[in-house]
This record gives sequence, C-alpha cells and structure tokens, in this order.
Amino acid sequence: MNRISEKLKENKKILSIYFTAGYPSIDDTVSVLEALQESGVDMVEIGLPFSDPLADGPTIQASSTQALKNGMTTQLLFNQLKDIRKKIDIPLVLMGYFNPVLQYGVEDFCKKCQEIGIDGLILPDLPVAEYKEHYQEIFENYGLINVFLITPQTSNDRIKEIDSVSNGFIYMVSSASVTGGTHGFGKSTKDYFKRISEMKLNNPQILGFGISNADTFNSATKYAKGAIIGSAFIKMLSNEGFKGIKKFIKSIR
Amino acid sequence: MKYNVNDKGYYGEFGGAYIPEMLYPNVEELRQQYISIMQEPSFQKEFNALLKEYVGRPTPLYFAKRLSEKHNTKIYLKREDLCHTGAHKVNNTIGQILMAQRLGKKRIIAETGAGQHGVATATVCALMGLECIVYMGAIDIERQAPNVARMKMLGAKVVPAISGSKTLKDATNEAIRDWINNPADTHYIIGSVVGPHPYPDMVARFQSVISSEIKSQLLEKEGHENPDFIIACVGGGSNAAGAYYHYLDTPEVGIIAVEAAGKGVNSGESAATSALGKIGIIHGSKTLLMQTPDGQITEPYSISAGLDYPGVGPMHAHLFASGRGEFISVTDDDAMNAGIQLSKLEGIIPAIETSHALAIFETRKFKPSDIVVVNLSGRGDKDLNTYIDYFNL
Ligand SMILES: Cc1ncc(COP(=O)(O)O)c(C=O)c1O
Repeated sequence: MNRISEKLKENKKILSIYFTAGYPSIDDTVSVLEALQESGVDMVEIGLPFSDPLADGPTIQASSTQALKNGMTTQLLFNQLKDIRKKIDIPLVLMGYFNPVLQYGVEDFCKKCQEIGIDGLILPDLPVAEYKEHYQEIFENYGLINVFLITPQTSNDRIKEIDSVSNGFIYMVSSASVTGGTHGFGKSTKDYFKRISEMKLNNPQILGFGISNADTFNSATKYAKGAIIGSAFIKMLSNEGFKGIKKFIKSIR
Repeated sequence: MKYNVNDKGYYGEFGGAYIPEMLYPNVEELRQQYISIMQEPSFQKEFNALLKEYVGRPTPLYFAKRLSEKHNTKIYLKREDLCHTGAHKVNNTIGQILMAQRLGKKRIIAETGAGQHGVATATVCALMGLECIVYMGAIDIERQAPNVARMKMLGAKVVPAISGSKTLKDATNEAIRDWINNPADTHYIIGSVVGPHPYPDMVARFQSVISSEIKSQLLEKEGHENPDFIIACVGGGSNAAGAYYHYLDTPEVGIIAVEAAGKGVNSGESAATSALGKIGIIHGSKTLLMQTPDGQITEPYSISAGLDYPGVGPMHAHLFASGRGEFISVTDDDAMNAGIQLSKLEGIIPAIETSHALAIFETRKFKPSDIVVVNLSGRGDKDLNTYIDYFNL
C-alpha cells in the first residue's frame, strides 16, 4: 500500500515539510531528507525547481532560482534519489510545475517515480479536467497519489469533484495567496477550516501556505489532518543550514 | 471554425487553462461570462462608441504607393499606428475594461514589456477611474523610461518585477501572483492572445475589429473583401490575431506571421518561437515556447521589446503546426532597415515590432498583381532612442 495512505491512517497529526531539491547546494537533497526523517517529520514534499513558479512567493522562488543555478534538473533529481528508499521510509511527494513533467514525458516521469519509491505528486498547474481526461490512468498505473489544491474561494461543488478524483489527501490552501504568507489565521480563515471539516470529505485535508511555527501548526491541525511548512523551513535553511533542522522541527511540535 | 478556438478552449492541441486552483474561480467566472457579456447590446454599443470616439477607429487602410513600387506588388497598410496611444493594444484594453466593469471589478492589473500595453491599460483605467497596477520587469523599466513616465502620468502604479530574468515573462508571473493574492476585486488585463483560456479568444475577439475593417475597406477599394496575403508581426500574437481573425477559415487568403530572429535564429539570441520552441506550458497555456530540454523557460532576445516573449499564443501555435500560416523570422538588422525604408518612402515611422513585418519584402517575393495587407501595428515614437542609437541619428 502507498506510504501516504498508510501514514494518513495513523492516529496523529501529520507534519509535512516542503523543501526545494538542490538547495542550498546541489548535493543537499538527500542530506536534508535524512535530517528531516531523523527529526521526526511525517512526510516530505520535494520541490522540483521551475523557472516560472506562478503560485510561489519570494522565498520559494528564490530557492528555485538558486537550485536551477546550481544545476538541478529532473534527471539529476531522479539520480540523487535512486537509492533513497534504502535510507528513508517516510512518504515522499514530488511537488513541481507541469511543464518539466511534460518535457520529461508524463509516463516516463511516473515510471521513474515508482522505481524510486515516490508516493505522490503535487502539480498545482495541472487542472482537474486535464488530469481526469489524460493522466489519471497513468498516475494510478504507477501507484502515484495525485494531490489537488483547494482554496477559500473553491466552491463546494468543485471541492466535491476534487474529493472524488483524489486518492490520498487534499491540499488545503489556507488563504488566497501565493506561498510564504506569515500572518496568523483570522476568523474568516477559521470559518473556512470549519466549513471544510464539516463537509466530511472522503479524503483527509492537509493545510498549507502560511504555516510557519507551532502556533499556526496547532491552529491548522485543529481542523485538518496535518499541515505543510514550506517557506518558513526554507528561510531557516538559508539562515542556519542543516544544523538548524532539528531545532526547527522541535519548535513546531 | 477550423482555426478558431473550440468549446474546450483549444486551438488544435494548443490552449487550455493550466492554472493553479487559486486562479480557477476568476478564470472560470470569465470563461462562463465573456461571450454573453460581449454580446450584450449595451456592451457592443459602448465598445464601438469608444473605439470610434476615443481610439479614432476605423483606422485607414492606406495604399502605400511608393512601397508598392519598390517591391513590385500591391501593398496596403492597416494603420493601427494611428490608434490613440500609438498601437493596436488599446483595442483590447478598451474591451477588457468594459468587461471588468461588468464583472464588478474595482482594481486592474496588467503586465507590460515595452510599456505599450501598460500605457494602453493605464489609459483606459484613467478613462474609467479605476485603480491600475502595472507589473514591468526591472530591466525593462530602465530600458523604457518614457513609457514608465507616461503610465505614471496616467495615474498607474508601476511595480518592478525583480524575480527571474526581470523582463516580460517575469512581469507576467508577478501579475498572475497579484491575481492569486487578490481574487475578489481584481481583473487582470492580459496584453496579448496568451494566458489561460478564455484570454486568447477574448483578446482575439477584441482585436478582430482590425480584420473586419480590412474586409469592408478592401471591398470599397478593390471590389472584394479578400487580400491575397495578410502579414503581421507576432510577439504574443494579438495584432496578428486581429488581422487574421475574419480570414482564418478563408484558405485563399495567405496568412504570414513574422517573428523576431534577434541576432539570428541560431545565434542563441532570438525570439523566433515557432522555429526554436517546443510544445509546453507557459502562463497557463499549452503552446509553443522556448525552453531547455528540462522544461525551464528560457529568455528570448529581440531588439524590439514587444516581440521579446518566449511563447506565442495558442492560435498561432496551431496556425504554425497545421501549416495554415507561413512563419518567417526577421533579424534585428533587417527590421531596423525596413523601419528606415518605410519612413523614407511613405513618411511613416513604424514601431520596431512592426518593422519586422515590413522587412519580409526583401526576401519573400509577391506577384505584381497580389494584394498584400500589412498590419501596421504601431508607431515608432516609443522606439526613437533605439533608432537613434542604432543609426547614430
Ligand atoms: C506596436 C506593437 N506591435 C506588436 C507588438 C507585439 O504584440 P502582439 O504580438 O500581441 O501584437 C507590440 C507589443 O508591445 C507592439 O507594441
């Protein structure tokens, strides 16, 4: 069974970390993963850097630009992760934009993910309709869970549609924004969390965007199965390097 | 309707809406409403009145006698350079500002490269009293100071895009991010036939006034509506889409698209997307784009800031792939010379974008009896500094 599905069954809140592959240095991908697993993180999103990351704020943009400058490519990432399952057993998700996947070849990409032991994909600019029509079968053939986003603006009907094509979890974006916001959650955000949790969807929700510390993590996981920290982790990594990872994760929970 | 958009938002295999979910409600609202809003009699009335009274349409279809003699064929120039603000861009911004008002939006955002679309957007925002924010690459802000000043005079806020390569594609990314951050009250006025469906189709419809006028003007001058060829430069492709629109499904009319070869198609400094691009996704559209084998979008180059885009609208990708359009690329040098030639022969100083379209007469020969319409997309005032530097004027 897929590691994500296993993990979601555990009776605990999920702490998931996003980081950009090949950042800060090209060879850091595996070391960051090891440090995250050791620190007790439940799941990791490995960011495949893209030249034009539309949905990302300045922090993740800058890390992507740096990773590309460092020479990161899709193939290089696959090479770096070749033996990752000898060391890492927590669920791994690749997160990136659709164009690099398209250029690699969607089927080849999925096949490679399966070989390596990647459990799921998050491709924010691959729309539900295209996924259903062209790609769902391929993703599922290779045992990959595809994760869709919902936002406070997503209608209930569309949320139900997204729930019906999802096979792992739903990535619940905390507010109308690109990644990296730091403001806490106000009343309308909490109302949105409540509204979604009351919809009793088939797929659990994991909250992302704007989760940066224990406070936001706790208030997010009051309503959702887990939460994802991205920009705040990358900022910490830029400032403190690997040695900051353990302390950072400890400060969250 | 073979070459126009289908009901799923595709031109052949090109188009669609590859957008993050955060943009879905806005783009979907537009998709559901754009056609019905455009067809409302009150919309049509206001749009046409503004095109006439404010933009100065119809623009002339001018028979260029001396240019025709020089190239031994019959050349007409569609004078979009005479539009208010100096280029065709305003046809689209007038349409979209009326659209934004009917959708109840209070805040307008736009991207710009050379500043032409930014000026055209700032102009209509001033006209309607709406807040206007224009994203422009930090490098372009330096290169295009007069247009930055014009936007400011018109009351717009110009925000530098400091990410990536700091030019048009990054300004577009910033505009899209702004729209993600402001989903309720903001309309994004995109400047060409690019972006997610329905933008390419909506912008093409607003620009289609160009070919509908050409039809009636040719009928008056030549006794028939169809030229043998219609020529336009292609950056994103909006002036070209407007000039081709009513001829797309008329195979007797040859469609010629001119792209910027920069310093040469194989020089590594070029913007000839059809020659150098591969199918992929840029700014929400599946189309031809310049990219690395790994799928990273690359930075194009052209002396003309308005042709300096790494993609091309999905309509044009389809015209190229299907063979309906003939695609030619023109270097900086040939374009600059064609700009001088038109100035000297006809007393019209063209925008450097437009000079690319004019340059093909040196190599692409036409019959003396051919009727060839060139879409004169803009005037050269904005490019004087480039002309001065290039020719040491
Ligand atoms: C005069 C002129 N022509 C052409 C273009 C290229 O745009 P498009 O291909 O959308 O017509 C521009 C863009 O700035 C322009 O200013």
